[in-house]
Amino acid sequence: MRLPKMTLWRVIFAAILISGICATYLRVMYGLGGSTNLSDRFPWGLWIGFDVMCGVGLASGGFTLVAVVHIFNIERYKPILRPAILTAFLGYLFVVVGLMYDLGRPDRIWHPLVMWNPHSVMFEVAWCVMLYTTVLFLEFLPVVLERFGWSRPLEWIHKISVPLMILGILLSTLHQSSLGSLFLIVPAKLYPLWYTPILPLQFFISAVAVGLAMTIFESWHSSRAFGRALELPLVAGLAQILAVVLSVYLWLRFLDLSHRHVLALLTRNRVETWLFGLEIALMLAPAVLLYSARIRRRPGALYGCAVMVVFGFIANRLNVGTTGLEAGSGTHYIPKWSEIAVTLSIVAVGFAAFRAIASYFPVFEPVDGPVHKEGAEILEGSEVLSA
Amino acid sequence: MSKAILYDSTLCIGCKACEQACAARWGMAYNDKIAAEEQISAHKLTCIQTHGEHFSRRLCMNCVQPACASVCPVGAIQKTGLGPVVYDASKCIGCRYCMQACPFQVPTYEWGRRLPRMRKCDMCYERQSRGQLTACAEACPVGATRSGDRGELLAEARKRIADKPDQYYPAIYGLQEAGGTSVFYLSAVPFAQIGLPANVPREALPDYTWRVLEVIPGVASTGGVLLAGIWWIAHRRAEVAKAERERQ
Ligand code: SF4
Repeated sequence: MRLPKMTLWRVIFAAILISGICATYLRVMYGLGGSTNLSDRFPWGLWIGFDVMCGVGLASGGFTLVAVVHIFNIERYKPILRPAILTAFLGYLFVVVGLMYDLGRPDRIWHPLVMWNPHSVMFEVAWCVMLYTTVLFLEFLPVVLERFGWSRPLEWIHKISVPLMILGILLSTLHQSSLGSLFLIVPAKLYPLWYTPILPLQFFISAVAVGLAMTIFESWHSSRAFGRALELPLVAGLAQILAVVLSVYLWLRFLDLSHRHVLALLTRNRVETWLFGLEIALMLAPAVLLYSARIRRRPGALYGCAVMVVFGFIANRLNVGTTGLEAGSGTHYIPKWSEIAVTLSIVAVGFAAFRAIASYFPVFEPVDGPVHKEGAEILEGSEVLSA
Repeated sequence: MSKAILYDSTLCIGCKACEQACAARWGMAYNDKIAAEEQISAHKLTCIQTHGEHFSRRLCMNCVQPACASVCPVGAIQKTGLGPVVYDASKCIGCRYCMQACPFQVPTYEWGRRLPRMRKCDMCYERQSRGQLTACAEACPVGATRSGDRGELLAEARKRIADKPDQYYPAIYGLQEAGGTSVFYLSAVPFAQIGLPANVPREALPDYTWRVLEVIPGVASTGGVLLAGIWWIAHRRAEVAKAERERQ
């Protein structure tokens, strides 16, 4: 009965992939000059600003949930842990794919392994991507092993699982924040609404927020795609944490602006002001809404809030990574169609891969009864809290 | 001693002999069309610009503490003891962080090539290590570009300003910019009027990043211990709770 809708999506999917293939041809044959609108004045564009900076961030649900479930031992969130790890793993794989497009010499992507410069944030980012992708692979491996019933390697992985998880959380923390640190070296280029010495901290907190939002987003989509009931109590619980994280984030940003005496910039009628406003509004609205228990009980509203956070996050990363740098670089940048095509293709393939893997491997394993009951308790608990 | 270049805009006659010598030294094409370009690019590593009645020259500033060298993930860019900031194209992965980080927008990229390189002036590293002048300084017919010892050139620049205070804007560009560079400018007018970026921080840029990077080992090890501790407590509590439930 959902066939027609599926067909529409398939057509869109195919169109995106075809444009992506054309763009790839351009990239391979004519280099970065032929496939992007980058220039000497503006060396980083959409592929860094979105594919890398957002890809890594949107994957942060993985480490957030691992911390919640395994470190803080809040077991009731276990049912949504695996999808979050899968998203994170795919997210990182696609960051690597994005890098293969963006690097001038993708054939040398392994160079940071053997050529070191510990003073470079990019060096740190490179190592974190590599190590954390490996960790995510190992964290997801049990799902694959279960599917094929290989119990021996499963036991090995179990043995190293705690240090592995701690390593993963540390790497993510470093990595999320160091994406912000990348821009510490451009104090004169990045617009003052965004340039701050605490960029790493801001990036870390917003990554945690978007990790939670992405988990809500995924749970909602998976429940539809796989015809399962939404784990509403769980998701509502996450939403509550999300509201707190967002509040901390926004408060920190306000303090930062006032501390640096740049609040007056907000009265200027510039593109930057509006983009900044958009980014903040997209974070502020869900922060306020999610404090209401009524909103948290409605799947549609929860989903809407999660989407806002995701877009607010993307707006922030694009502002820091591209638009906020335009004035300081004395130039304008609008991505070429091929840059957009590659980005869309990566996202589309990501969605498709998630679906394919989730329907073949036990990602959404039915979890034993008590968990759901415990979940129901939280919802009641949270109602009491917010009443 | 460390080498430097002194460019005196008030002496420059805009003949572009430096451009030509630079192109020859790098083995790059040079013709009227390229001579007319007033921007540095991957095929033109220095250029003469006209700003009203004043000339200006752009080239790599070869900073004392270069941002580009500090950000390069593979260490393809190095500050040499001699002064020049050199680049090893065989290491470069093409991330272009050096271009993003440079406050003078100097590094350029071979955008059109399939196997591109970053390109920038390296103050004639191999010529200077043989004791020669830079190609541009050697070519300059009027001494507007001079190369030599950094300390001596600085003294010379100060002397020129002191001798003819009415002809010079009383500052040396490059002395404090980005924590100090190896290219000094003298000009009759404020430097922004001859196209030099005015908002370059006075502090060495790598410090901005290093302040964060240096705390990482501490944060990481503390974080690791903290996480392990939380894990232990959380699981211990669960075990105790379970044991108690079983006893009842
Ligand atoms: S583009 Fe090359 S030289 Fe520049 S920072 Fe990246 S790897 Fe280093």
